[in-house]
Amino acid sequence: MAASLYGPDEAQPALWVYLEHEEGVLERVSLELLSKSRALADAAGWRVAGLLLGHAVDPLVEQAFAWGADEVWVADHPLLEPFRVETHTAVAFQAILQGRPSVFLCGATPNGRDLAGRLAVRLRTGLTADCTDLRLDLEQGGVLIGEVTGFGGGIVALITMPRHRPQMATVRPGVFPLSSPQPGRTGVVIPLEVNLRPEELRTRVVERVVGRGVDLTQAPVLVVGGRGIHGRFDLLQELAALLGGEVGATRPPVDEGLIGRERQVGQTGVVCRPKVAIVCGASGAFQFVVGIQNAGTVIAVNTDPEAPIFEFADYGVVGDALQVIPALIEALRAERVAV
Amino acid sequence: MESFGISRDGHEWHFVVCMKVVPKPEEVRVDPETRRLDRAGARSEINPPDMNALEMALQLKDRFGGRVSIVSMGPPFFEPYLRVGLAMGADHIYLLSDRKFGGADTLATTYTLARGIQKLGPVDLVFCGEESSDGATGQVPPGLAEWLDFHQITLVTQVELDPLRRVVRGRRERPGGYEILEVPLPAVISVKTGCNEPRFMDYRLKPWAFAPERVTVWSAADLQVDEAFVGVAGSPTQVSGLAQAPSRERKRIRLEGSPEEVARLLAERLREIM
Ligand SMILES: Cc1cc2nc3c(=O)[nH]c(=O)nc-3n(C[C@H](O)[C@H](O)[C@H](O)COP(=O)(O)OP(=O)(O)OC[C@H]3O[C@@H](n4cnc5c(N)ncnc54)[C@H](O)[C@@H]3O)c2cc1C
Ligand SMILES: Nc1ncnc2c1ncn2[C@@H]1O[C@H](COP(=O)(O)O)[C@@H](O)[C@H]1O
Repeated sequence: MAASLYGPDEAQPALWVYLEHEEGVLERVSLELLSKSRALADAAGWRVAGLLLGHAVDPLVEQAFAWGADEVWVADHPLLEPFRVETHTAVAFQAILQGRPSVFLCGATPNGRDLAGRLAVRLRTGLTADCTDLRLDLEQGGVLIGEVTGFGGGIVALITMPRHRPQMATVRPGVFPLSSPQPGRTGVVIPLEVNLRPEELRTRVVERVVGRGVDLTQAPVLVVGGRGIHGRFDLLQELAALLGGEVGATRPPVDEGLIGRERQVGQTGVVCRPKVAIVCGASGAFQFVVGIQNAGTVIAVNTDPEAPIFEFADYGVVGDALQVIPALIEALRAERVAV
Repeated sequence: MESFGISRDGHEWHFVVCMKVVPKPEEVRVDPETRRLDRAGARSEINPPDMNALEMALQLKDRFGGRVSIVSMGPPFFEPYLRVGLAMGADHIYLLSDRKFGGADTLATTYTLARGIQKLGPVDLVFCGEESSDGATGQVPPGLAEWLDFHQITLVTQVELDPLRRVVRGRRERPGGYEILEVPLPAVISVKTGCNEPRFMDYRLKPWAFAPERVTVWSAADLQVDEAFVGVAGSPTQVSGLAQAPSRERKRIRLEGSPEEVARLLAERLREIM
């Protein structure tokens, strides 16, 4: 078996988190990863480090400390802004060889995936994509166990890479809860040398529009439509608006173009943790259920009394969603008037 | 016909599309005994996002000429599925198939695909799907680009080629926004799922598409791979165990009655929870 550029014996007992940021704000998924890493490191006696690449990123260092980093490795250079996989891979690669972390984590975002995919190959190491949980096995000298779904109903696979370092993994936004920040908490800043030369750079950013898309991971209420609502997302939208929530969907309506892909919930969509999920006309395939299993309360409406979704629901209604949902909208409206 | 693909400077465009065959999601069953995925009974299909990748490559071929090669790493049974791509307008299939390639994770898959693409000779663009429904969720395209030492633009909905400057421009979708990136050729492009309508296959092309000589199968020996980098041997990650997913206990209470009655009960529950 081919070896990674450094092995377990040379690795430092540290978890590194790639800190993604946009317009002077750390991405929430990076804070989620810092929160999780802090908990893992505390149990293991390890260190947590943030890797911060960009330009004029000083204000973000404090945030990283507050969310649990012991160290922040900082590369500050105009060519590191905005994100380009070319520049960030080059600098991250040098930083990793310098710091030799045992674990390196990225958000499973467009940029995080691009970076992780390139880095893993450059480092000749493994990459566990889309983990739903992470653990450290200390008896084996700090082997990272990445939990991955998709191997069967209710079954998760535990993925490890015992002989390769860093142990790389990506985690989707919303999978780990945020801890509370500790303002005033400090740590060590480690500046990184940047040897990028503009004339060697090949990626040109011609145009860039930054926006905040829908973020289903933060919705307090999620109203999900499956194939069984026959495209009536307008009804679900009305209900979601009444409850201050967002609309999500299973994969079939997304594939049919009835609703945008950014609203797909599940294994290949978004993993959510709303207080309430109202699931209408979805059978309850495990690839979908993964996306709502962290919900506080699940309500399901389905015409088929045998639909598996009822196994994953607190309240199950056997009925036609196209009748139940309008009635629920009425009932909620009436209640509002009454209050 | 041949001269069609040659631009004024004599360059013949070569577009590569990486395609994979996956079990149809709705037909994958969970074995009640072992609780593992039972793929045996499931029919397969081309990974749907790869159809968007193929369509994007075919549109460039329609416009600039040249040829489209399909590259796939997988077992021999992939072959008839991939031939649909030929009937849609691709020119040739290269199937990288060897028992030694089995059990590959991202590192080994990208290495093997890269060796296959290198054996094709000069290429201009390598298209991939956004993700495979049973795979590494979008980690193959950047890994492949790294092995090939190509530039990359991922999650692209539109591409433009500038033949004179030999650059490709792509619109890359990001949550709530987009960016337009330009990189030199050759490059790897991953195509945003659903960004185009894959064309139907041309039934008149079917006999041609199913002729044996349309498919070249390359083994580990043909590719002269370093065996330490392929298959299980070349995969740093391993499945070290299976566990019960930590699922929340649900109340599983049935609410019954007319739509109005259930709606009233639901409204009550919602008021308690929120
Ligand atoms: C690798 C992989 C990844 C996947 N990722 C995802 C993912 O991220 N998200 C996802 O959702 N799927 C995913 N899938 C697909 C998944 O397996 C299911 O095919 C999908 O979730 C089914 O969607 P559905 O429940 O809407 O449709 P169906 O399974 O067709 O169910 C429709 C349901 O609606 C009910 N119904 C019909 N009419 C009504 C009515 N009027 N009122 C109420 N109920 C009605 C029916 O009884 C039925 O139960 C994935 C599959 C694979 C293999
Ligand atoms: N075995 C394979 N053969 C050919 N292409 C592949 C293979 N695995 C992945 N790909 C390509 O990489 C894309 C992303 O896959 P993944 O990274 O597995 O989600 C797919 O849409 C394909 O275009």
